[in-house]
Amino acid sequence: MNKADFLLAGVGGQGVLTASDIVAEVGIALGLDAKKSEVHGFSQRGGVVESHVRWGERVGAPLGEKGRIDYLLAFELMESARWIEMLKPGGVVIVNRQRILPMSATVGDAVYPTDEFIDQALRSVTDRVIYVEGLETAQALGNKNLANTVLLGALARAMDVDPELWLDVIVKRVPSKYIELNKQAFWKGLGK
Amino acid sequence: MKKLLSGNEAIALGAYLAGVKYASAYPGTPSTEILENLAKYDGVRSEWAPNEKVALDAAAGACYGGARALASMKHVGLNVASESLFYLAYTGVNGGLVIISADDPGAWSSQNEQDNRNYARFAKVPCIEPADSQESVDFLSTAFDLSEQFDTPVIFRTTTRISHSKSVVNVNGDQRVEHPGKKFSPDPSKYAMIPANARRRHPWVEDRLKRLGEWSSASAINRIEWGSKKIGVITSSVAYQYTREIFSEYSILKLGMSWPLPEKLIRDFASQVEKLVIVEELDPVYETEIRALGIPCVGKEFFPITNEFSLAVVRDGARKLGVATLEPVTTTSFATQVPTRPPGLCPGCPHRSTFYSLRKLKVRVAGDIGCYSIGVLPPFNAMDTIGCMGASIGIAQGMDAIGANSDKEPWVAVIGDSTFLHAGMPALANIVYNRGASTVLILDNDITAMTGQQENPGTGVTLSGTQGKKIDIEAVVRGMGVEDVFVVDAFDEPEVEKTIKQAIAIKDRPSVVIARGPCVFLPDYPAKFIDEVDDVKCNGCSLCFRVGCPAIFKGELDASTNKPKALIDPLLCVGCDVCLQVCPRDAIFRANN
Repeated sequence: MNKADFLLAGVGGQGVLTASDIVAEVGIALGLDAKKSEVHGFSQRGGVVESHVRWGERVGAPLGEKGRIDYLLAFELMESARWIEMLKPGGVVIVNRQRILPMSATVGDAVYPTDEFIDQALRSVTDRVIYVEGLETAQALGNKNLANTVLLGALARAMDVDPELWLDVIVKRVPSKYIELNKQAFWKGLGK
Repeated sequence: MKKLLSGNEAIALGAYLAGVKYASAYPGTPSTEILENLAKYDGVRSEWAPNEKVALDAAAGACYGGARALASMKHVGLNVASESLFYLAYTGVNGGLVIISADDPGAWSSQNEQDNRNYARFAKVPCIEPADSQESVDFLSTAFDLSEQFDTPVIFRTTTRISHSKSVVNVNGDQRVEHPGKKFSPDPSKYAMIPANARRRHPWVEDRLKRLGEWSSASAINRIEWGSKKIGVITSSVAYQYTREIFSEYSILKLGMSWPLPEKLIRDFASQVEKLVIVEELDPVYETEIRALGIPCVGKEFFPITNEFSLAVVRDGARKLGVATLEPVTTTSFATQVPTRPPGLCPGCPHRSTFYSLRKLKVRVAGDIGCYSIGVLPPFNAMDTIGCMGASIGIAQGMDAIGANSDKEPWVAVIGDSTFLHAGMPALANIVYNRGASTVLILDNDITAMTGQQENPGTGVTLSGTQGKKIDIEAVVRGMGVEDVFVVDAFDEPEVEKTIKQAIAIKDRPSVVIARGPCVFLPDYPAKFIDEVDDVKCNGCSLCFRVGCPAIFKGELDASTNKPKALIDPLLCVGCDVCLQVCPRDAIFRANN
């Protein structure tokens, strides 16, 4: 592995930016160059968050390109469909099944898409669709904020990178009292 | 040691290492984190100023006094500070002075796109542009050296994509360079710009620009990466990063100093390549200048003036130039088939009651810059104009002066606390002085919220977290001569509505309503009960949907009205009670847990 483009997408408040920091740090731990850049509008909370991470020998642009992203990590179910066009055909999409209803659907006339619609959208681009019960797993561990670590575990599993390397980076990022829980969340995501 | 730093973190580190002693700023995306990070370092006094002009004047004072000083702002902040930039171009400096301008191509969080390289050309001062975080650290030292060597303020221009991207910085235990500073020596011919001095100074400014251009041609801040000479590209900032990937086999002149241009270096480069291409984001600054030098080149016919660049945009231009590059990937888009997530006021936001009332009262609203700009969007649709910081109050006066502020269609101005202290005060003085009769609503949430909760003179807490002196907005307004000042609890919707009605009924003198209630992210936000909906009493009238709260959503249909009843998400609700107050059937109540 000497290069990879990631897109992490979700809703403000889900920990997308922290997770993308970790992905970038793992790239550096692998001895690669890495860049990270997020895109967000003028709403701080509840809006769409899009964060790009790029690994390479020497990374130029801080943002990846439509149709060339290797790994799409969707922190929210319908966000996977919003961003799937960014994935390269045959790339990996990891989807947290959690639903966060937007106001256009809660009080407006928009309708949250069905599971079937989303699955078809994803499979129109790739067969490598991985669903994760991020929120459920995190809640079982007693803290819903662990969902992003569960997702990182799932990403580590989909990639050929030593899980211990991921754990080293995660441990450095989280407050000491949450280290053990984050480790457990990561292993759950990794499927162990 | 390798460290991942954002451009803004890197600028703060670079400023610290360069020995900055004083820094001042007004928050503004994408520049805010520069001062927030700089405030963490010892030996630097970092301050929030009420606006960017004040920040730059204060930094000017510190540099006149001999210290290395920095002022930081977003692109439109430099509009506010531009008058100061122009006198500083003439007076020059004593200690080094660097002005950070964080531009926002794509207008992610701004009212316009503007290219502040133009300010360097306009004011005849140098402009330095980093292309990643490492350069943000390294170029800051160069910028301060240059400022002192040439006796000039230096514009240090970043963009959203530089400020908010993280990239690797080599932190090798670099030591802060302490600059003892040169004592201020009185010299009115240098520091006091009366016309006679200004006229004498201008030729010196022109000469300085020439010398800066010669310096730039010889400096390592600009570099050539030779490749095939069939095409030579001149570029800078993040556009260089895209160029490097897409024009990888061709020659690139990467400018670190974007003004004045290194004429000699450009002529040398141009003479060695078959075709000269300019890849610059936003305005054709280089292109115009290079054409004026009589050097043939192409640029904006391939790379657009509008919007932020991306790999796709630069690739598209390169393809049209005949450069072999990847073809676009066509995948089906589902983005338009999933619901949008439009920005909205947070659950518990103190501004909610005001916009609900304004919509109900059907008044015309001159709006301003802040979280409350969201009042322009559904479900409120309660804002008619948004221009720049402080514009609301002037707009209201103009409407009033020509008789447009009528009983039938009254106009009010809506402005936040920090924005009022930034540029609203002179505009209110204008109304009072000229005997205007507008109503000004000051939404005082006790913080500069939009940019992520920064302190301001109205909060009385400084950037370094110490207790400053709190400016009392009500006393300011009364002190300016407004007799009808109403202070109302922003969380009391009926009272807010009543008070606005009362204020707009006053037609022969100005009135001010201060709607006071803390931002929901402040620690002193009043902890309340969670609101809940009584399933029996709710008949789906949908009035509570109009308060635009993310915590309220549609439930099952009511049997009699066949309309969806309301439900409240207990995880999102903070119990501000505004929905409870607007419910005509008392169907919303405070839950006991």
